[in-house]
Amino acid sequence: MAPMISIQAVTKVYQSSRGDVTSLDDVSLDVDRGEFVTLVGPSGCGKSTMLNLVAGLLEPTSGQVLVNGAPVSGPGPDRGVIFQQYALFPWLTARKNVEFGLRLQGLSKRERRERAQHYLELVGLGRFGSALPKELSGGMKQRCAIARAYAVNPSLLLMDEPFGALDALTRVQMQDDLLATWQQERRTVLFITHDVDEAVYLAGRVVVMSPHPGRISDIVDVPLPYPRTEDMRLSPQFAEIRGRVWRGVHHPSATSNLRGDGA
Amino acid sequence: MANKHAESLLEAGRPPSSDTAGDGSTVARMRRRQGVSLAWLYLATFVLGIGLWWLYAALGDNELAPAPPEVIESFREGLRDGWLLEHTAASLQRVVAGFLLGVALAIPAGFLMGWYRWARGMVEPWVQFFRTVPPLALIPLVIVFLGIGETAKIFVIFLAAFLSCVIATFQGVRNVDVTFVNAARVLGANDATIFARVIVPASMPYIFVGMRVALGSSWATLVASELLAAPTGLGRMMQSAQQFLQTERIVVGIIMIGALGFAMDRLLLVLERRLTSWQEVR
Repeated sequence: MAPMISIQAVTKVYQSSRGDVTSLDDVSLDVDRGEFVTLVGPSGCGKSTMLNLVAGLLEPTSGQVLVNGAPVSGPGPDRGVIFQQYALFPWLTARKNVEFGLRLQGLSKRERRERAQHYLELVGLGRFGSALPKELSGGMKQRCAIARAYAVNPSLLLMDEPFGALDALTRVQMQDDLLATWQQERRTVLFITHDVDEAVYLAGRVVVMSPHPGRISDIVDVPLPYPRTEDMRLSPQFAEIRGRVWRGVHHPSATSNLRGDGA
Repeated sequence: MANKHAESLLEAGRPPSSDTAGDGSTVARMRRRQGVSLAWLYLATFVLGIGLWWLYAALGDNELAPAPPEVIESFREGLRDGWLLEHTAASLQRVVAGFLLGVALAIPAGFLMGWYRWARGMVEPWVQFFRTVPPLALIPLVIVFLGIGETAKIFVIFLAAFLSCVIATFQGVRNVDVTFVNAARVLGANDATIFARVIVPASMPYIFVGMRVALGSSWATLVASELLAAPTGLGRMMQSAQQFLQTERIVVGIIMIGALGFAMDRLLLVLERRLTSWQEVR
């Protein structure tokens, strides 16, 4: 079976007034069905570019991106995207936000309502369906955005530093909730973060990237079983993996230059 | 939002039977007192303004300076003899027609300019050019092209309303957060859906600003438009009052224009609050 995501020798060059900037340089990566993969790296390493290429919001300069074996041409509801800035439509209630994609799929009003309610409950917002985004806290907004992405039933979730704007406590809670949801729904997740702890805690596989130009510098397997627990977070094994990822992110030259040719 | 919340918290923490003096919620009390005093200030400044005007008219030996009682008398006379309502109705019709036409054309034009490059390229130079030309300066040309009938007057008001509103709508479309557009696209929305369900609601706050500015321009242009040989209208009324040295009638005209403009602006404001209450900052 074809991998869920297959990034094949992708280079992305941005044209700017100061000349061309290579955001991704000949990057390859495969992600299997049902995997939870985190991309971690300092800013400028091209991790957001990579996500946007898979989402179809950007096009590669060379190389190609396949999702489910088919080349990506533009965005589509088979790939749910969760943005750092939540991107909830502020003029719609939480429920209407979740229903947005369902309406585009032509579901009846009743079906839309049921599905929206199901996903709002899944993320713990069952009672907040009629609240406007401005009435929700940052964490609740992001939960609602996650419900909205899940509701259209994508086979793949792309998350671009979704918890980056949240405080540390909310963040940990959101990580646990996300994993719980993921275990129920079992969809492929590609998750971007610059937080090494978060990257290791969530992932089955951590992809470490280095900047200028953006490349994959290391791929680290996280052999800890799901569900992940607090004890695991404090275990020596976690610390060891975390240490390797940390060095990869903060001292990219020190790690062997494992160019990511898929795992 | 935050303030309101803090205030309600403070209110809630207060024992229901307690005397206002000596309890802990000083902040809440200060706030409330400030709230009341603002309304009193409005009244005070109003009374003060009228008083100063009256004093000036009474003390000076200027025969032409209208005093409040004369203005009230003129107002009553206008109502009794019907000329005030007649002029007001004529002006109101022109303003409403010009304003509605201007806004009705400006909103789609602004959307097109924000959405399609070609529309921006074709329309923006004209808009920017005419924006700085006062409508008054166009009147001689308008007479040449459209004559001196009702069409010409409404056209001048229309132009003023259109020019103020089109820029705001255009800005609104351009300022729509690209993340909203991307969020809609990844949920499967096509261009038409994005336009109707993202661009239009997201630019609503800007459109309302544009409409309110347009309303102001419409009233401001009214008097000028009634220079075009108007038989009726508040502008006409004020001009003939000027010729007959009926200065109190000029004040009546000013008050009518101000009051109607204010009332229409409030109406728009109520509509705006209804339709854009989802906004984070108020």
